[in-house]
Amino acid sequence: MSEEILTTQDLHLYYGEKEALKGINLNFDAKGITALIGPSGCGKSTYLRTLNRMNDLIPNVTITGTIKFKGENLYAPNADTVEIRKEIGMVFQQPNPFPFSIYDNVIYGLRIAGEKDKEKLDAVVEKSLRQAAVWDEVKDHLHESALALSGGQQQRVCIARVLAVSPEIILLDEPTSALDPVSSSQIEATLLNLRHDYTIIIVTHNLQQASRIADRTAFFMNGELVEVDQTKNIFMNPAKKQTEDYISGRFG
Amino acid sequence: MRRLFDDELAELDADFTEMGMLVSEVIQQAADSFTNRDAVAAQRIIDQDHQINEREIALEKKTFEMIALYQPVTTDLREIVTILKAVSELERAGDHARNIAHATIKFGSKQKIPVLEQLLGQMGQLTTQMVKDVLTAYVNKDEEEARELAAVDRKLDQMNHQVRADSYEQMRLDPAFETGASIYLNVAQDLSRIGDYVTNVCEWIVYLKSGQIIELNSASQDGEG
Repeated sequence: MSEEILTTQDLHLYYGEKEALKGINLNFDAKGITALIGPSGCGKSTYLRTLNRMNDLIPNVTITGTIKFKGENLYAPNADTVEIRKEIGMVFQQPNPFPFSIYDNVIYGLRIAGEKDKEKLDAVVEKSLRQAAVWDEVKDHLHESALALSGGQQQRVCIARVLAVSPEIILLDEPTSALDPVSSSQIEATLLNLRHDYTIIIVTHNLQQASRIADRTAFFMNGELVEVDQTKNIFMNPAKKQTEDYISGRFG
Repeated sequence: MRRLFDDELAELDADFTEMGMLVSEVIQQAADSFTNRDAVAAQRIIDQDHQINEREIALEKKTFEMIALYQPVTTDLREIVTILKAVSELERAGDHARNIAHATIKFGSKQKIPVLEQLLGQMGQLTTQMVKDVLTAYVNKDEEEARELAAVDRKLDQMNHQVRADSYEQMRLDPAFETGASIYLNVAQDLSRIGDYVTNVCEWIVYLKSGQIIELNSASQDGEG
């Protein structure tokens, strides 16, 4: 058994009266990729956003249950959301580079944190862009606008921006759904390289993407976690009929 | 939700069953042709063997297309893999039926050996019934029946050993029987091999239902090749 880095126990989330998550129990070992799949509205993205408190920004949301990161309660009154989001970074569906240079995008988090050492920042930029597998493509244009890059390159720069603050966990919310197949496969290759060093949790509607890259797959439906298992088992021989019906395209 | 895939799978399934019936008939005809030394029927089997091969290729092509176009998973994938694997087994079983037809022609009017005639007649009946039963098990997705059929294969293997022993004994008693006895040997071996291929189909039926790749009768396949 490897160490559990993130645990969720009996997690409920309500948007006003509506119960969007109905008691999720799901734990994550350090390192590796877990894919969250399920039909639209099943709660998988809502669940993902609870993992670094992105739902805090939404009014009228109530959360009960426990989420612990390395044993510490994420929702403890004294928990620091800035620190949490540094440890648990997020990449979104639409590439969202800031309207400044590639270089400044990558060091954004560090600059906010007050880092000024040019040499250190240069090193972080190169390391992060290399890890995100986009360095060779952008190294000669670091001071040009990130908005001039292709969608796939922008998304990898956004991954580099998350990596620059040395997170332990990377959350990705459908990171390739706005990208063409070639860019998507570059992102997938990037994630496959990163999984040895980071705990990656990815929401995807692309079932083949889950089967290609995820070590583990969790199937959500109607706000519940139906089944979680090794990806191979989910796609070859799932335990639950609902899972089988969903991934065989019988609904959803 | 009914999917386009379901329609195509139903069609594939029907085509596979039809090929199975064709192979089953050919095996029955081959066994009968040998029993009756019916050279005309034997020649017809040889001439029509290409039909089985063509069906095998058509079914393989269709399964490849369905895998590429629909990227099936779980039960869907297992159904397709089962058919893909089982058509090869059926085609090979058909090849052995063709061998028996050749043996029938080769035997011609040589003197029959009653004890071997009887044994081979029984083996032929067992084999043809086994092929019919495996098709029923496939159509009904009947894992239990598939597992039970493996016992018939063991019986066929025993009878094959008996034919071997008796044939050698006949050759020893009268060297003039040598050619005829060697044909008995080959036909028994062909029937036994058909039993092995049917057993492989049984294993794929078990896989289809359970997702487990198992070996029925692993010992029976030793030695006899």
